[in-house]
Amino acid sequence: MSDCRRQWNREDELPVYLAGPIPTGPNQRKTYGMFSSVEGAFESKTIDFDNYAVGRKGSRTPRSGSRERVLDAGDPVGKTSSEAREGSLTNSPGETDDQQAGVEVRYSSGKESPNGESERLLIKGGRVVNDDQSLYADVYIENGLIKQVGENLVVPGGVKVIEANGRMVIPGGIDANTCLMKPYLGTPPADDFLQGTKAALAGGTTMIIDHVTPEPGESLLQAFECWQEAADKKACCDYSLHVDIPQWDENVKDELELLVQEKGINSFQVYMAYKDTYQMTDSELYEAFSFLKQLGAVVLVHAENGDLIAQEQKKILGMGITGPEGHPLSRPEELEAEAVFRAITLGNRVNCPIYITKVMSKSAADTISQARRKGYVVFGEPITASLVTDGSHYWSKNWAKAAAYVTSPPLSPDPTTPDHLNTLLACGDLQVVGSAHCAYSTSQKAIGKDDFTLIPEGTNGVEERMGFVWDKAVAMGKMDENQFVAVTSTNAAKIFNLYPCKGRIAVGSDADIVIWDPNSTKTITAKLQQSASEYNIFEGMECRGGPALVLSHGRVVYEEGKVQAQQGTGRFIPRKHFPDYVYQRIKVRNQAKNQQGVIRGLYDGPVYDVVPTQTYITPSPSARTSPTSHQPPPIRNLHQSNFSLSGSQIDDIVPRRSGQRIVAPPGGRSNITSLG
Amino acid sequence: MSYQGKKNIPKITSERLLVKGGRIVNDDQSFHADIYMEDGIIKQIGDNLIVPGGVKTVEANGKMVIPGGIDIHTHFQMPYRGTTTVDDFAQGSKAALAGGTTMIVDHVIPDPGCSLMEAYDQWRQRGDEKSCCDYSLHVDITHWNDSVKQEVESLIKEKGVNSFQVYMAYKDYYQMSNSELYDIFSFLAERGGIAEVHAENGEIIAEEQARMLQMGITGPEGHVLSRPEELEAEAVFRAITIASQTNCPLYVTRVMSKSAADIISQARKRGNVVFGEPITASLGTDGTHYWSKNWAKAASFVTSPPLSPDPTTPDYLNTMLSSGDLSVTGSAHCTFSVAQKAIGKDDFTQIPEGVNGVEERMSLIWDKAVTTGKMDENMFVAVTSTNAAKILNLYPRKGRIAVGSDADLVIWDTDSIRTITAKTHNSAAEYNIFEGMELRGAPQAVICQGKIVVEDGTLHVVSGVGRFIPCSAFPDFAYKRIKARKQLAVLRAVPRGMYDGPVSEFSMSRGGTPSASARTSPTKQPSRNLHHSGFSLAGNPAQCGPTIPDDIPIRPAGRRIVVPPGGRSNITSLS
Repeated sequence: MSDCRRQWNREDELPVYLAGPIPTGPNQRKTYGMFSSVEGAFESKTIDFDNYAVGRKGSRTPRSGSRERVLDAGDPVGKTSSEAREGSLTNSPGETDDQQAGVEVRYSSGKESPNGESERLLIKGGRVVNDDQSLYADVYIENGLIKQVGENLVVPGGVKVIEANGRMVIPGGIDANTCLMKPYLGTPPADDFLQGTKAALAGGTTMIIDHVTPEPGESLLQAFECWQEAADKKACCDYSLHVDIPQWDENVKDELELLVQEKGINSFQVYMAYKDTYQMTDSELYEAFSFLKQLGAVVLVHAENGDLIAQEQKKILGMGITGPEGHPLSRPEELEAEAVFRAITLGNRVNCPIYITKVMSKSAADTISQARRKGYVVFGEPITASLVTDGSHYWSKNWAKAAAYVTSPPLSPDPTTPDHLNTLLACGDLQVVGSAHCAYSTSQKAIGKDDFTLIPEGTNGVEERMGFVWDKAVAMGKMDENQFVAVTSTNAAKIFNLYPCKGRIAVGSDADIVIWDPNSTKTITAKLQQSASEYNIFEGMECRGGPALVLSHGRVVYEEGKVQAQQGTGRFIPRKHFPDYVYQRIKVRNQAKNQQGVIRGLYDGPVYDVVPTQTYITPSPSARTSPTSHQPPPIRNLHQSNFSLSGSQIDDIVPRRSGQRIVAPPGGRSNITSLG
Repeated sequence: MSYQGKKNIPKITSERLLVKGGRIVNDDQSFHADIYMEDGIIKQIGDNLIVPGGVKTVEANGKMVIPGGIDIHTHFQMPYRGTTTVDDFAQGSKAALAGGTTMIVDHVIPDPGCSLMEAYDQWRQRGDEKSCCDYSLHVDITHWNDSVKQEVESLIKEKGVNSFQVYMAYKDYYQMSNSELYDIFSFLAERGGIAEVHAENGEIIAEEQARMLQMGITGPEGHVLSRPEELEAEAVFRAITIASQTNCPLYVTRVMSKSAADIISQARKRGNVVFGEPITASLGTDGTHYWSKNWAKAASFVTSPPLSPDPTTPDYLNTMLSSGDLSVTGSAHCTFSVAQKAIGKDDFTQIPEGVNGVEERMSLIWDKAVTTGKMDENMFVAVTSTNAAKILNLYPRKGRIAVGSDADLVIWDTDSIRTITAKTHNSAAEYNIFEGMELRGAPQAVICQGKIVVEDGTLHVVSGVGRFIPCSAFPDFAYKRIKARKQLAVLRAVPRGMYDGPVSEFSMSRGGTPSASARTSPTKQPSRNLHHSGFSLAGNPAQCGPTIPDDIPIRPAGRRIVVPPGGRSNITSLS
C-alpha cells in the first residue's frame, strides 16, 4: 500500500495543475487552448471509444472480467484497440503490476476509508456525459481532481467506491448568475452564501458565479473584497465573481484593470436599466465596451430600456396601479428586446463580446438569435424562472405570491415563453442557464407593498435550475443529454474561462461531479427547499430528473436528499482574461477590420466661408481654414499641374463633372477638382 | 350643366382644361376617361364629357394620367451655418415640377432654443413668396420643453401642421434622449400628430467620428464609416419601441439601408403603426462613391444616414417599396454647392449633409421599380403620391384623380428615356448624384393647379403661385388603428386586500424611483379591513417550512390564473 502510494505521488510531479489544488489557477491551463483540454486528458489508459461508446453496451465487458481483459492485452483478438490500450497502460506513470494487485482490494475495502482517505474516490459503472460525447467509464478521483477516466482503472486500495449503476455522471452544474449578497435598501437577501450554495449543491450545481453589486460611488475593489471575504467564510462550493459596474468614470477604469490583472475577474456587468442609479448612457456603454474589450473581459448586460421604464412606471403609478402587476406592465418585453438590440449593436460596433443576462422574453431571445445568425459574438442566458414559469402570476390575488415573482426583466405574461426559450436553448441560440437566484423574504418584498417600484427584485432558482432544464428540455425531447451538460455547465465554463478545469469530466479537471438520476421525480415546494425564502415560485410543479449524488471538490456533499456540505469549503476560482471561446473571433476581427482613408489630392476649389459655430457635432480642427493655410507650401505638390483633365472641352462653361462609378484609370487619376 | 355651350368669360378660359384620351391611374385602379377641370379643381371625369366651349384641350393619346407626385421630404433654402442650400423654394419647386412632382412638403428646422412658431412663419414667408407649386410643412422639434409643447399644440390646431420630426442623431445639438422622445411621442399621439424620426444613434456616431478622425480618416469616406447602417437599424428599432409604448404613429424619414428597412418591415408585421420613407438617393444609388478619389464628388453624396456601401441596397429598398413594407418616397432634396461642401474638406464631420433628388424621384422609381416588374402602375401612384397624401391627411384633395380633387396631374410618358446630368437638371447644384444614369419614364406634361406648367420639356412656371396646404390632425390613415388601440389598452390594477404581513425595516438611501412613501404600516388604515379575518391561510407554519399549507395561497405554478367563483381571499399572514 505504502509502496503504491509513493508510486502515485510521482504523478504529482507531472504538470503542476494536475496535482495540487488550484491556487495557480487557470493561468497555466490556458496555454493549452480551449479545445485541447487538459494535457493528457485523452491518454486515459483504458478508454476505448469504439467499445465503450454509448449505444454499444454489448461490447462492454462486465466489471468482474475487466482484469482478465487487461492481462489479455497481448492476445491478437484484442486487436488494435486493445493494443493501444496496452500501450498507454505501460506508458502511464505509476502503472505497475503492484497496483493491479491493489485493484482487487478495492472491493473489500471499498466502503471503509473513514478518515482522510475520503480524498480518494472511485465512481464505478456510470455513464460519463460530457458536452461532446457520452461513454461508459469509471472515474477515479484523488485530492479533488479527476485522475483517471476509463474502464478497468488501476486504483490504489482502500478507495471509496461509489456505484453509479449505469446512471449518468455529469460535470457539476455552473450557475453563472446568482446574487447571494446583493443588498436591497440595506437588507441582505434571505439566502446568503451558505444557504445559497447549499441550495445549489442540492440541485446539482457545484459552482456559482455571484454578482458583486457595488452601490454607485462605491469602490469596486472594496466591494469585491467584501464579497470575497463573505464567500470565503460561508460558501460550500467553489465560486467566482462577476463585478457589476454601477457607473462609469476614470477611477472605475483603474479598478477594472486591477480586478482583471490581479484579482481574477473577467466578467463585468453593465446596466441599461435603473435610471439615475446604475443606468449608463450609450456613450458610456461605448466607452465601457471598448475598455473592457481591451482588457479581455466578458461584458454582461442587463438589457432593458431604463428611460422608458421610468416613464412607464410613472404612468402606471399615476393610473393607480400599485401592485406587483404594475411591474410587468411598466416593463413590457419590447423594452427588453430594444435594449438587447442596442447592446448588440454597440457590441458589434466596438467588436466586443456581449453576454445578455436574464433573457426573459421571446422577443429578446429572437433578437439574440438573429444577431448570432449575422455573426455577432453574443451570448444569451435564460434563467430558471424564464424557462419554467410565466408572468401570469403577477396578477395573483395573493400579494405576497405575486411579489415573489418580481424580477427584472419581468417574467413574460405570455405563457408560451418558457417553451420557446427552451427550444432556443436546445438549438444553441441561447447558451447558458443561470438562475439569477436572489431570494428576498416576504417581509422584504413587502417594502413595496404600496408601490411596486420598491419591491426588491429577485426570484429563487439555484436549486431547481438543473432539474427543470432536464424536465423542460431533455425529458420533452428538445435536447439531448450532451447539450444538457453544455447549457448547465460546459458553456458557462468556456465563456468565463474555467474550462476544462470546470465543466468537463476529464483527467485533470476538478472533481465536481454529479450523478444524475433522470427518473427521479419530485414536487417543488418551499417546505423542502434549501433556500430560506418563504415562497418558491415553482411551488407545486413536478420536476423529473435530479441529482442522486453530488461531489464537490472530490467530496460527497449531497446524497439521498441530504446536503452534507461544510461551510467555508468553497474556494474562489480566479479566471483569466481573454477566454478563447469568446475572444478568438474577436481577435481575428480586430485585425480584419482595419479601416483606411482614401488618399486624395488636396481639394483646392473654393470654400464657402462659414461663421465658426460653437455647437457642431464633433469638436475638431477648425474648418474655417482657407485652403492655402492647410497646404504644405514648401513641398511641391506633384499632383498639381497645369494640365487639367477636363482640358478645354465643350462643357467648360458648366463647372461640373459627371458621376460614373469610380474606375481608376491605369496610372491613377489626378483628383484635383479645379472648378473654375 | 349650366355653362354648357357658353363661349363667354374669356378671363377664366385659361383656368379650364380638358385632358382627353388618357388612361387615369389612381392607386386603386386604372381606367380610360377624360378629365375636365376648372379653377384648379377636377370637375368631371368620364367619357364624352359635356364641357363648355373654348376649353383648352390636352390630348393624352392613351398615355397614363396620374395624380401629381408629392415629395414629402425636401429642404429648400435650408439655413446651414450662415449659408443656405442652393435651391430655394423657386428653384426647388421648379425642379420638382420638371420631374412630375406637384406638391412638396418642406421641413422647418428651427435652431435649438429658437421658437418653432417664428421658424414656421419664416418658412411660410419664403414658401408663399417663391414656391411654384403647392407646399406644406413639417416642423422639426429640435429641443423640448413646455413652451415648445405649446407651440406644437398651436401649430397643430391653428397652423395646419400635423407632422413633426425629431432627431435621434446629432449629439449635443438636435438629439433627443429616450425620455424626451417618450414625452414627445405621447404628446403627439394625444394631439393627433405624426411623429417623424431621423433615426440614427447619435451617441455612438459621436464616438465613432472621434475615432475616425483620430485614425486620420478625414475624407468623405469617414462619414459612412462613422455611421454604419447598424446604427440606423438600432435607432429605428428603438424609435419603433418607443412609438409602440406610447401608441403613436411613427414615420421614419430617410430609410437608407437594408437593415433599417427590415426592421420597419418586421415591425409592420407585428402590427406597429410605422411608415418608412426611402429617398431618391437610397433607391437610386449606393455609398461606394464615398471612396471616390474626387473629393468634390465624394462629398456630394454626403447625407445622413449615409448611403449604404452595399451596392444591392437600392434594389432591396425598391422591392420593399413595391411590397408595401415601405410606404412613401421623398427626396430629402437638400443641395449644397461644392464650395459649401468644402467647408468640411479637412474634416468630414463638417461637410454639410444633403443630396439632390426632387426632380429625379418619380422617373427613378418608375425606372427601378415599375420597368423592372417589381411594382405596378397603381402602386407607383401610391408610393409617389397617394400614401403621402393620406399620411398628411390631404387625401383625397391631393393624391387622387377624382371629382373635387385638386387639378394636379401628370401625363406620364412611360417610353421616354433621358440621361440624368447636372448640365440639364433644374437644380442649382453643380453635382448630380445620379449623373449619367439613364432613366425610362418621364412626365410628358405636368398640370399644376389646373394650369399646364410643363409641356414637352419646357417649363412655364410662375414663382409665388404655390399655396400653403394646411394638414389637419388625426389622419385616418395612421390614426384609425391608434384610436381603436387606445380604447383597448386600458390597464387595470388587481384588487387585493391589504398586505398585512411583516415589512422589513429599510433605509431609503437608494435612488430608484422617488415615490410615495412605502413605509406606511398597515395599522394606519383607519377603516375596518373586511378582508382581515382570524382565519389564516398559512395555518400555523412550522419554523422550517414556512407557509404553503395544502390549501395554498400559491396555486400550482405554471397555470393561467383562473379566478375561482366568489373570489379568493388574499390575505397573507405569514405569522
